[in-house]
Amino acid sequence: MSSAESLSMAGRNHGGPSLAALLRVELLLALRKRADIANPLLFFVTVLALLPLGVGPEPDLLARLAPGMIWVMALLATLLSQESLFRSDFEDGSLEQQALSSQPLYFAVLIKAAVHWLVTGLPLALLSPMLGLMLNLPAAGYFCLLVSLLLGTASMSLIGAVGAALTVALRRPGLLLALIVMPLYVPVLIFGTGAVQAAIDGYVFGPQLAILAALLAAAAALAPLAAAGAIRISLDN
Amino acid sequence: MAWQWFHRLGSPRWFYQKTGAWLPWLALASVILLTVGSVWGLGFAPQDAKQGNSYRIIYIHVPASFLALAGYYIMAISGAIGLIWKMKLSFAVMRAAAPIGAVLTVIALFTGAVWGKPTWGTYWVWDARITSMLILLFLYIGVIALARAFSREQVADKACALLALVGTVNIPIIYKSVDWWFTLHQPATIKLTQSSSIDPSMFYPLLTMIIGFYCMYAWSLIAHTRTLVLQREWRTQWVQQELSGMETQGKGGK
Amino acid sequence: MPANSESHSLLQVRNLSCQRDGRRLFAGLSFTLPASGALQIEGANGAGKTTLLRTLIGSAGDYDGQILWDGRPFPASLPQFRESLLYIGHRAGVRGGLTPLENLAWYGANRSAAMQALEQVDLFGFEDSLCQNLSAGQNRRVALARLFLPDAPSLWILDEPLAALDVAGVAALQGQMAVHLSRGGAMVFTSHQPVALAGLQGIQLADFAVDELAESAGGEHVFG
Repeated sequence: MSSAESLSMAGRNHGGPSLAALLRVELLLALRKRADIANPLLFFVTVLALLPLGVGPEPDLLARLAPGMIWVMALLATLLSQESLFRSDFEDGSLEQQALSSQPLYFAVLIKAAVHWLVTGLPLALLSPMLGLMLNLPAAGYFCLLVSLLLGTASMSLIGAVGAALTVALRRPGLLLALIVMPLYVPVLIFGTGAVQAAIDGYVFGPQLAILAALLAAAAALAPLAAAGAIRISLDN
Repeated sequence: MAWQWFHRLGSPRWFYQKTGAWLPWLALASVILLTVGSVWGLGFAPQDAKQGNSYRIIYIHVPASFLALAGYYIMAISGAIGLIWKMKLSFAVMRAAAPIGAVLTVIALFTGAVWGKPTWGTYWVWDARITSMLILLFLYIGVIALARAFSREQVADKACALLALVGTVNIPIIYKSVDWWFTLHQPATIKLTQSSSIDPSMFYPLLTMIIGFYCMYAWSLIAHTRTLVLQREWRTQWVQQELSGMETQGKGGK
Repeated sequence: MPANSESHSLLQVRNLSCQRDGRRLFAGLSFTLPASGALQIEGANGAGKTTLLRTLIGSAGDYDGQILWDGRPFPASLPQFRESLLYIGHRAGVRGGLTPLENLAWYGANRSAAMQALEQVDLFGFEDSLCQNLSAGQNRRVALARLFLPDAPSLWILDEPLAALDVAGVAALQGQMAVHLSRGGAMVFTSHQPVALAGLQGIQLADFAVDELAESAGGEHVFG
């Protein structure tokens, strides 16, 4: 069965495609742009590989810096890939068509953010133990690093969607997007690195992970709403 | 009817013509209050037992920090009113509030740094409140930068209002998380003031300064909004009349 | 106007005025679009054609006047309105990362209907190439293929549908427009070219333009 057929089976009426069809199209589009998937990951790995060149190869120092650096770089990699989240859909007019369909934009944004996380945050989190190894991260931190990044990057994908939606009508939003989104990432960064540090120091890290999960739940509920509003504002440009 | 009052208040023309008379009074009140407050606070209030004279910076630092934070909410609430009722005036208030709030945040940060030197021996300490202020400044800068990026004012208004609202939801979370982060990384001994009660002889000048800052804030917000209203409504007849009225007044005064 | 002719009207616009950046583009625009009715909007560049269409689809908020769908005013009737709307704007709504077939499937077409529609817009053989590899004109035709789907919605709002089409394409599209009208559909479109359709109404936006200097009420506009 061709992909076109599988799409049409799910999306039948004029009201707009079903959620399953939305998800399938977004995944299909993401997988067809493989370079866009690889770039944030390569950025993540490259910058972290440069870190020892900057601060020296001393294992203790690297171990101290590792949780924070891995988290900050994951944040930057997520942020850099966020700019293109709505861009092509805005430029080719399909975002406008989605805003006109009876399917709420909320779900369209939620699905876009989810797919963004699947192709950015998830692989970043899965790569992080390897980078932890290279940066001499103490053994107690690995599990917590992985889980905190899984939760945190998902929140960041959702929060970043608001910024991406606000700036989608601008020609070159890159730095502006970073400027408006980064302060909103602060709680995620604090609890993410806090959890890893606690795990390394041998304290409980469950509460921090729980807060990260709570932040994710709040972001999933509110960020798509804000982003949908922002899309309607941007479309009226 | 309440709605009618709301409607009239929202009229840029009504706002412009009414508030013109308030400005001199607000300016007078803020000059008097700020002069009295600073002379009182800097000259006559007693020295602090632990910090000596350096604590006196709070007479600027505390009111500026108050208003920097309150200003963000004023900006966000005006933005929300604009988004919900599509009121043009409230967007103008929002846009005027952004740079004023940012300047107040910078003042709060600067005075905090000046205070930090004699107190902590260094200009910058990653203290919870200072860090939160810094992030607040970033939030302000985000709104201002976003406003400048759009070529169409109406789109910029709505986008900024939305961003300000998102920021409002986040501010409590950011403050709490920074607080938590601070207690994690710093020994508790550095925590100064706040919890300790303040003597009335120190408090009354502070209160005077806070009220003075509020008056100054109101004055600058109204003055800035009036300029924005003129810029935005320049096509309309009433603005043309106001402007030609100003010109003839200026000539008559000579 | 007799009451029963109003009840037959699909889309009704009363005393509409639109503004952009505080400048009024046009005012006092009224028209009624019945079933099987077609309306062509003409005007110079910048006259507000696109703004008018975007207002009609409920995407631009800054307007005065009334828009009624099926006798019920916006915005209450927007959800039902959008169920029966097919809008093709300046940006075609064709995703470059999908093939023409997948794009039509996204709009709810099954494979055989999509293939037929693509054949009618002369894209037979391109159905499985990615749209980002097709020319601008071909992408435009992928969007227009939506009009050739058998279960196309009843109200078409089209921004310059004839632009970037060759002679054969224009003829095919005009034929399909006539078919749509004969099925009881209705349409509003902008075009610089004359369009041959029976019963076509026309609106010149220049007739509703606002003289800015004479216009002074703007200062009392509380709501943007």
